[in-house]
Amino acid sequence: MLYYLYDGTFEGFLTAVFDVYYRKEIPGRIVTAETALPLFTDIHNVITAKDKAERVFQGLQKKISQSAIHMLYICYLSEIQDIERILLRYIQKALTSPVSIEINFADDDVLTLSKIYKKVLNERTHLVQFVRFQKTADGMYFALTDPVYNVLPLCADFFQDRYADQQWLIYDSRRNFGLYYDLTETEIVRFEHPPVDLKTGSIVREQQDDDEKAFQDLWKEYLQSITIQSRKNLRLQRQFMPQRFWKYLIEK
Amino acid sequence: MNPQIFEKLKILAEAAKYDISCSSSGASRPNTEKGIGSAAGWGICHSFTEDGRCVSLLKIMLTNHCIYDCGYCVNRRSNDIPRTTFSVSELVELTIEFYRRNYIEGLFLSSGVVRNADYTMERMVRVAKDLRTIHRYNGYIHLKSIPGVSRELVAEAGLYADRLSCNIELPSEQSLRLIAPDKDYQSVFRPMHYIQQGFLESKEEKKKFRHASHFAPAGQSTQMIIGVSPDDDNRILHLAYAMYQRPAMKRVYYSGYIHINTYDSRLPALSAPPLVRENRLYQADWLMRFYHFKVDEIVNETHPNLELEMDPKLSWALRNPHCFPVDVNTADYEMILRIPGVGVKSAQLIIASRKFGRLTSENLRKMGVVMKRAKYFITCHELPAYTIHEVSPERLRQLLTLSAKKKKDDKQLIIHF
Repeated sequence: MLYYLYDGTFEGFLTAVFDVYYRKEIPGRIVTAETALPLFTDIHNVITAKDKAERVFQGLQKKISQSAIHMLYICYLSEIQDIERILLRYIQKALTSPVSIEINFADDDVLTLSKIYKKVLNERTHLVQFVRFQKTADGMYFALTDPVYNVLPLCADFFQDRYADQQWLIYDSRRNFGLYYDLTETEIVRFEHPPVDLKTGSIVREQQDDDEKAFQDLWKEYLQSITIQSRKNLRLQRQFMPQRFWKYLIEK
Repeated sequence: MNPQIFEKLKILAEAAKYDISCSSSGASRPNTEKGIGSAAGWGICHSFTEDGRCVSLLKIMLTNHCIYDCGYCVNRRSNDIPRTTFSVSELVELTIEFYRRNYIEGLFLSSGVVRNADYTMERMVRVAKDLRTIHRYNGYIHLKSIPGVSRELVAEAGLYADRLSCNIELPSEQSLRLIAPDKDYQSVFRPMHYIQQGFLESKEEKKKFRHASHFAPAGQSTQMIIGVSPDDDNRILHLAYAMYQRPAMKRVYYSGYIHINTYDSRLPALSAPPLVRENRLYQADWLMRFYHFKVDEIVNETHPNLELEMDPKLSWALRNPHCFPVDVNTADYEMILRIPGVGVKSAQLIIASRKFGRLTSENLRKMGVVMKRAKYFITCHELPAYTIHEVSPERLRQLLTLSAKKKKDDKQLIIHF
């Protein structure tokens, strides 16, 4: 089977699509360089090139709308296995079809991608919902998160707008990078060893702001008091607030 | 930090918990000049309590002292419970600190009535004003308007709040007179009317001047308690429908009655809140707001109550078999919405994709249509199936309610005859 290896960026993926057309061949899989390969495979190394990616992008622009291209990018962020192959099939169909295929939900790939798109955006919403900041002694607000899809970059604008007058850092413990806002702009940061307990997401006591513990307790107390015991429905709670988020939630 | 806050928060959150509304939607406000907060337009729920209700706003009372003695209320004058009051600064600090930690979307402030309506409302407005002007807070604020409040205070509240609400609580004036004799419909509907006027005036102003001030951009909402008075669903839904015709009314909430004041003999002794009826009312509400249903189609004189065993849409379909089967490949959007098992999203998907080719039942299933129900009401690009006319509505009623029941205890042996 023919394998395309690329660098894991969206630009790299678009370059791979360019190579598919240029070399007139269809790869069995398009994977990042870290993937373990089976023996006896043909390999083509995709070298990311901005101009090639740009040409694929322009080709797509003629066939599908801007929002559909954005959807492709969002789906790419899902990082689910072989998403590249579905995206490639979608792009091939889009480029061959005389009319835009983006709303033909009877097509399997269009429907699959629209579902993935929804899933990724849901995960983004979950992240926005369930991030819990802790105030540190030096006045910064810190939160640890662990989304299934790579959605932290999609949240930057939201948090930057909402918490414009406080320094904050949201760290993705699964992908080992974070967003840091220093009151003027947001940038990507990486730590060798994040200074937190990865099991609970809480920062060490000495680094906490004096009132932090008190507000956490107030929040827990509040949630207890607001519950109506005669309507208790734990299943409903889990449905709205999936358990995988509980480990970094203060109230759980 | 003052240790009393802990106790106050506990008492005043418990006092506020029977208010259902917690949505933070409808207002979109970007952050200005590096203040704090923004409103997202769609609501964001930050947590969920053990009863499965969302926590979007810090829902709290300013005080639980109250001069009224409404039968259904936990804070009524004759109840012997601890009473306390937040100061404006305490509440403002709590809101800001919770907000900065991403616990909440904003504040939902309600209050018991102390001295008179205006005195109470004035202090609630002060909280909102302090948040907006001193702390440059742009998050969501929902203020409850106190029954009988003056026009001036509603006007001021609208400047700072995103949403104002005024609860009807009881769906007919008769029941209100019986259970909450201190209130009357006038005192509830007048503030509602002020809110609507303010909302419309500011909309007009906005057309002329870009910087005209907002007035409660997320409109108003209200709540009715279900099951405390003998009013039927016909009465409740007609009242809700009438209110949705008003321009500023965004949501009507239905709150299943919880029997808290057990000593009061005017109230029905329910062992559990009527959760199923509440759910059916919400489904009917959705039919009116998103599925283009008229209220008379859902409930009317001959059919005054919603059926508890099935959702109102299925119930409507079974009463109107002549409208089916619907051909999904040709029918218009309104009709597709009326098929049981098809939601707004799948209806839109059907409309979009049938331009490209005829849809099969497999396509429909993948789009999220619940075929178990829908298959009796549609025809698609296949041989005519076993529709409602072949099965007969009576048998179909049995089939569909039976399958729902069977799910509950599958360990029980059932023999069909």
